[in-house]
Amino acid sequence: MSTVAERAPARAAQRTRGPDRFRVGRLLVPTLAWIAAIGFFFPVLWMFLTGFKQEADAFTSPPKLFFAPTMEQYRQIFSRDFAPFLINSATATVVSTLVVLLLAIPCAYGLAIKPVEKWRDVLFFFISTRFLPVVGAIVPIYVIARDAKLLDTVTALILLYTAMNMPIAVWMLRSFFMEVPTAIMEAARIDGATLRQELVRIVLPLVAPGIAATALICVIFAWNEFFFAVNLTSSRAATVPVFLVGFITSEGLFWARLSAAATMASLPVLLAGWIAQKQLVRGLTMGAVK
Amino acid sequence: MTVTQDRAKERAVALRERAAKAAVARRNRWARRSLILPAMIYTILVTQIPFVITIWYSLQSWNLLRPGTRHFVGLSNYGAVFSQTGFRTAVVNTVGFTASAVLFSLAIGLVLAILLDQKFRGRAVVRTLLISPFLIMPVAGALLWKTTMFHPVFGIVNFVLKPFGVGTLDWASRFPMPTVITVAVWQWTPFMMIILLSGLQSQSTDILEAARVDGAGNWQIFRHLTLPHLRTYMELCVLLGSIFIVQTFDSIFIITQGGPGQATTNLPYFLYLQAFRRFEIGQAAALAIVTTIGTIIIATIALRVLSNLFKGEELEPR
Repeated sequence: MSTVAERAPARAAQRTRGPDRFRVGRLLVPTLAWIAAIGFFFPVLWMFLTGFKQEADAFTSPPKLFFAPTMEQYRQIFSRDFAPFLINSATATVVSTLVVLLLAIPCAYGLAIKPVEKWRDVLFFFISTRFLPVVGAIVPIYVIARDAKLLDTVTALILLYTAMNMPIAVWMLRSFFMEVPTAIMEAARIDGATLRQELVRIVLPLVAPGIAATALICVIFAWNEFFFAVNLTSSRAATVPVFLVGFITSEGLFWARLSAAATMASLPVLLAGWIAQKQLVRGLTMGAVK
Repeated sequence: MTVTQDRAKERAVALRERAAKAAVARRNRWARRSLILPAMIYTILVTQIPFVITIWYSLQSWNLLRPGTRHFVGLSNYGAVFSQTGFRTAVVNTVGFTASAVLFSLAIGLVLAILLDQKFRGRAVVRTLLISPFLIMPVAGALLWKTTMFHPVFGIVNFVLKPFGVGTLDWASRFPMPTVITVAVWQWTPFMMIILLSGLQSQSTDILEAARVDGAGNWQIFRHLTLPHLRTYMELCVLLGSIFIVQTFDSIFIITQGGPGQATTNLPYFLYLQAFRRFEIGQAAALAIVTTIGTIIIATIALRVLSNLFKGEELEPR
């Protein structure tokens, strides 16, 4: 506070200018915020709009804001076997997220009820695996997958996405478990509950929202993943991002169709993220920021 | 009963109790370990073993397109990596790309976070719109920027810039690096913003009120109270942001294919070319090791920051 008090001479001037600045600020903040929001959201909005255009309306200069909307592009995409890609993505995402939760919930709980010796080391081991670049492991992963006949299978993606999301899930879940009052667990323990009973009957219902938020974060990362998908799958197990890329190289520039496909690809995660936006920050910072 | 017998009995009881307690403690320890171990073993198997194998591969001359020629060559792959001009360019590109993307998105994210920290009508909607670029599938985002935004003739960017005398500029080939940086900043600004916003909202209002009562202006409060408070959050932004942005692959793969020439080839893309275009497994592995060591250096600093954030946490048993 002393640093502020030291600036006393500036105070008088500040006070006279105060109310005036305040009024300008009142208009300035929402205006700037809305401009920024529209600017950042515009590419997304444009993608959404272009998906309902005819190709002729997508290629115009100046760009067309008003047009006769059509579902033609969506029809085209599905007649072009978009469904298998969608199913592959959904399978890889959902199964890997379930496996992550199955392994990470007990782990995070074990780390939240201290003391386990070296719990801090365990936590930091997990997070360090997330910090290693995936390119550092892709070469042997490719060779192993090839030798194990796992190339171009959804199984390979499930195994990798599980490992990819494990550290985030452990950290995030632990931060939710830490918020459960110790007294509740102690009461359960006095009543003679085992660790497992304590976890399943008492703690899990309390942190259900946290588990849902963790699952959403895992879904977001798995659904959007591209590097493993493009290098380890080709036709049978290819996921939605791979579909999008194949689209542009094989068919040249079909903007409207591309936009429709991109909208379909992005929508699940966009909705999930909007719903979970309060929890997003915790997932992205491994539970460090709440 | 004699006194000594009594003592012996007591001691026996005490010993038995201690043994029982130790057994319970041991069982508890194992119960807890058994909770932790499955996740840990899985993670070690899938993430650490491949890394060790990468080291082994990096010591071999091995091209998947020439079966049967695989042999041990010691450290010569590393020599090859460091003497390639392509590698040095990729390192410089990676550093430049990461540093600019992180700093721009941090700066813009800070401004947006400050705006969102104020109360105004529609704040929740603005916030929802602003986080959207981060949620859009990166591949989809990159494709859209490449086509509908940056296209020389039909793109929105040139349309918007037309009044400023920009004609049919082909951004991706004339200014490849700024182009991919722009897309990265668009994608990562929301990430920075939500972390910094949490930081701003965790500030104690009591202190801010007190400062205001003392007559501090907005700028003074921001400079002397808010910025120091935000420091940890900004560190976290920079470090997590760097770790994720260093690994950028999607947008470079889609927008520029690392080009023109080598202008936007970063390390992940360079490694991809080595491994999946030329199938030089040995050299790609050596490259992977070098990249990983570089990242470990950044990650170590990141972990230190994270662990400082966790220092406040109590160690009491629960």
